[in-house]
Amino acid sequence: MNPSSRSGTPAGHLGAYALIGATVVLVAAAFGYVGGWLAPHRLTPARLVNQLQATNGGVYPGYRRNHAKGVCVMGYFQSNGQGSAYSVAQVFAPNERTPVVGRFAIPGGNPYAPDSSIPIRSMALRFALANGQQWRTGMNDMPVFPVSTPRAFYQLLQAQQPDPATGKPDPRKLGAFFAGHPETAEFLGWVKTATPSASFADQSYWSLDAFELVDGQGRRHPVRWRMAPEASSTDTAAPAGGDPDYLAADLRQRLARAPLRWHLVITLAQPGDPVDDAAREWPVSRTSVDAGVLVLTSTAPQQSGPCRDINYDPTVLPHGIEISGDPLLPARSAAYADSYLRRTSEEAHLPGTSGATSKPDNRS
Amino acid sequence: MNEATRPFSPAARLLHWLMALLILTMLFIGVGMVATVSEWHNWLVGIHKPLGIAILLLAIVRLVVRIRRPPPPLPADLPAPQKLAAHASHWLLYALMIAMPLIGWAMLSAGGYPVMLGSSLRLPPIWPFDPVAFAVLRHLHTWLGLLLFLTFLAHLAAALYHGLIRRDGVLSSMTGAGFHHDFPAASPSTAASAEKRAL
Repeated sequence: MNPSSRSGTPAGHLGAYALIGATVVLVAAAFGYVGGWLAPHRLTPARLVNQLQATNGGVYPGYRRNHAKGVCVMGYFQSNGQGSAYSVAQVFAPNERTPVVGRFAIPGGNPYAPDSSIPIRSMALRFALANGQQWRTGMNDMPVFPVSTPRAFYQLLQAQQPDPATGKPDPRKLGAFFAGHPETAEFLGWVKTATPSASFADQSYWSLDAFELVDGQGRRHPVRWRMAPEASSTDTAAPAGGDPDYLAADLRQRLARAPLRWHLVITLAQPGDPVDDAAREWPVSRTSVDAGVLVLTSTAPQQSGPCRDINYDPTVLPHGIEISGDPLLPARSAAYADSYLRRTSEEAHLPGTSGATSKPDNRS
Repeated sequence: MNEATRPFSPAARLLHWLMALLILTMLFIGVGMVATVSEWHNWLVGIHKPLGIAILLLAIVRLVVRIRRPPPPLPADLPAPQKLAAHASHWLLYALMIAMPLIGWAMLSAGGYPVMLGSSLRLPPIWPFDPVAFAVLRHLHTWLGLLLFLTFLAHLAAALYHGLIRRDGVLSSMTGAGFHHDFPAASPSTAASAEKRAL
């Protein structure tokens, strides 16, 4: 440094330089901690999605990291006005018709998994309200979720991760997980009786998480909802003949004949009901409101259909519906966003991503 | 002597310190909200969007204030590379203050999300629904956010360097210290004693 400068020599300012350096390091360290880089034990969305990929046994570029196998459906929701007593959301106004783009899927990260490989089906919907707001929801055809918290879900995924030696989950790890997580009892009770359905059309789909409806007086109503099918249960198991994609085929056949209809049934909580625990059912005696009919009129493959690029984040809600204290909801929002960025980056062929493929790639 | 001869205008100082607080908060919210699956996630995202638009509006006001009342000149004896760094980093800060909210807004539009600033206030989309654009804009938002944080760190270090080591009035022209009753500049005796302490 120029000795004639009024700043003097660096040696004469050691204390000041140290203070400046310490300030910068401290602020950077705080930033690193909040951003998760210096918090290796925090459950971040990226770590949760990494574990999903590990449990699923690989990455299928361009596809969702969970519920990867699915099919788009289009239609509308016809409100009967009964929901408007509990929520000011435009979607519940009398005679309001709201366009819907939805997606049926099965859990897991493999978009080529046979439909019979898992006894769970899901329905995701995006309601595009006339006022420009949206309601997105992702539901499963089971009344309860296995666990109550994101951490427990992460541990479940770890327990389900295939053992490299056998290619299958280690039964001892799974057993230890369920033994250590008594909240899984209701789900385990359900799954014992569950069989892979032969159709998406005859299933009920539950919101699992609770939400809060907000009415015109600002009162909050904790609720869960489900889509109850008009189609009667066929009670048939997976069709023989070996088509691994029988669900999409069944959907095409049914929609070629007539639209498919579900009733949106909103269940109101009573004080004391678990409104922050998706692993526990509410008593069947709770009051329910039929808010209208979901009418699905057409279907399209997910590779080319309008559902492909929709992130069915269940916390995208219109005015009049809000999230509850259920800890799974923010975790779903954060993890879905991470998954959405990964697959759209793959679609964009950005550096560092595997290119998306739109056709099966003969992976076993 | 090359003391800064005048402070920033009161409006510029108010905008600077308010935006310093908001932008630093915003940077921590931004990295924090995507690094947690807890309740913090939705709570922070709910703040991030309206705060970003507030910063965009304030940045535009600040640009107008800056153009109408140019900032005090840097000390004449500041070495040329430091002057260049000072000017470049300030224009980079302005560019990022305006670009970051716009990229965030465009990114949500491209992702097909409704751009909600509250439970019912919604901004119109400014980019067509396009997943490829979403991915590019979403990564850009992260990388430019990190660049903004690094630029902020350099700005912080430089401000402390001017205030603690050079003691050339650059820091006080923004804090206002020493200018309250003695406008337009610190007295030579104050500067001389400052220099004595500095040596």
